[in-house]
Amino acid sequence: MALREELLTTIEKNSRIDVKELAIRLGVEEVDIVAELQKCEEEGIICGYHTMINWDKVGIEKVSALIEVTVTPQRGEGFDKIAERIYKYPEVNSVYLISGGFDLLVSLEGKTLKEVSYFVSDKLSTLETVISTSTHFILKKYKDHGTILDKGYEDTREKVSP
Amino acid sequence: MRDFISKTVAPIKPSGIRKFFDIVTEMKDAISLGVGEPDFDTPWHIRDEGIYSLEKGRTFYTSNAGLMPLREEICNYMKRKLGLTYDPKKEVLITVGGSEAIDIALRAVIDPGDEVLIPQPSYVSYEPCAILAGAKPVTIELTGDNDFRLTAAQLEEKITEKSKVLILPFPNNPTGSIMEKADLEAIAPIIEKHDLLVLSDEIYSELTYKEKHVSIASLPGMQERTIVINGFSKAYAMTGWRLGYACGPEAILAQMTKIHQFCIMCAPTTSQYAAIEALKNGDEDIAKMREAYNQRRRFLLHAFSEMGIPCFEPYGAFYIFPCIKEFGMTSDEFATRLLMEEKVAAVPGTAFGDSGEGYLRISYAYSIENLKIAMERIGRFVEKLRAEGSGK
Repeated sequence: MALREELLTTIEKNSRIDVKELAIRLGVEEVDIVAELQKCEEEGIICGYHTMINWDKVGIEKVSALIEVTVTPQRGEGFDKIAERIYKYPEVNSVYLISGGFDLLVSLEGKTLKEVSYFVSDKLSTLETVISTSTHFILKKYKDHGTILDKGYEDTREKVSP
Repeated sequence: MRDFISKTVAPIKPSGIRKFFDIVTEMKDAISLGVGEPDFDTPWHIRDEGIYSLEKGRTFYTSNAGLMPLREEICNYMKRKLGLTYDPKKEVLITVGGSEAIDIALRAVIDPGDEVLIPQPSYVSYEPCAILAGAKPVTIELTGDNDFRLTAAQLEEKITEKSKVLILPFPNNPTGSIMEKADLEAIAPIIEKHDLLVLSDEIYSELTYKEKHVSIASLPGMQERTIVINGFSKAYAMTGWRLGYACGPEAILAQMTKIHQFCIMCAPTTSQYAAIEALKNGDEDIAKMREAYNQRRRFLLHAFSEMGIPCFEPYGAFYIFPCIKEFGMTSDEFATRLLMEEKVAAVPGTAFGDSGEGYLRISYAYSIENLKIAMERIGRFVEKLRAEGSGK
């Protein structure tokens, strides 16, 4: 595997591994890691370093929803313009253009049910090109970003084996 | 009452790793680096096929040699990975792990008094299986100065008129050593000259970190005198499924199949269905796991080099084999003290033969986080020993 792919695959699951350890694990010099990370950031390949938090365990109420949005694409702009109008709201986590029965899939996080409802009814639905919305509240997250939530790792192997 | 125990079986010692097992199991917050199996779960799509086969009611015996689609997939795999051609009807046998294949291969070819050449350090079952088959095991002591590879001179030295089988355990458990093509080419003429059969245990063939694995059977004239043993345990993280296989000359495979037929009947059916999926769609899984192992391997090598403990770079399996001779203790003493004082379990090199004296087997089938804690503890232990030594 090329260094770039190997590096990205490694930090995708854990962005906190320091440069020194990355150099050891990938069998290269620290300067190579620093240079590659910088290049990836400059080229917009690495777009951020996030922390995955299971808010349920903090005891702070958060409401997340997935909203299917059907829109009228605009001449010369396609879906890009309307997507931009939607993703500019800070409460919007992600916006995807989707094939199939609707156009945009918007994921949203708010403090309360009311807050999310307000956003959908007052902001999203009233956008000129939005034809319809369908809101799905998330009841429980089992797995997010490839990580299984709420499940500790248990080594069930025999302690010593041939 | 008579002593019912067989005179052949009684002197065979149980596996040397057992002793540590009992202590570690009872010790709280001990970290074990003694596990000889992957820490990954079997990839889900493979497990799913096993479950699906049960749902469909595939709960019966298969043919003795194993499901034909599985044997065909194994032949595809041998062709794709090693460039070897086998006939799925006559030259492949599905076994209960590589272990069974080793056992019945020896039983199929050994007559009383035949000698089986066993390079050591190596997996614990070769010698007992050879003895149980009625052979005389002849140890070839491998050495650290050439990274525990088997040389032509070492092999030739132990050959007698009675030598019949050479066991070739590479990539190696416990050393992590591999035999590259040039190493194999050096021993092949001797094998041919003395008309030996090779039992090539290639269970770790997918886990190499330099060149791709080369099977001795792919060298000119060698396939007809080689039984290749492989399995699903290490490559696909399927140890508990107990599934392996042997590929080799029809005449020998026919005899092995006979023994298998009478003592095993057939390998577990569920496992065989899962294994078909593994061979068809498992290459990506192997690549991912190999990359994870490789990172840990580099991490451990670096950690031991920081501690000033010599360790050759192993290019195979998931073990490293550091040399602890500077401390003037036996491997067993070192491992016992390490466990008692720092709660880290590693298997003494001597569990894999006398030539493992002065070495430890460290498995890296553990998460990096786990390995980090273990290396801190070993580092502390080593410092303590050095302080004790200089105080004397």
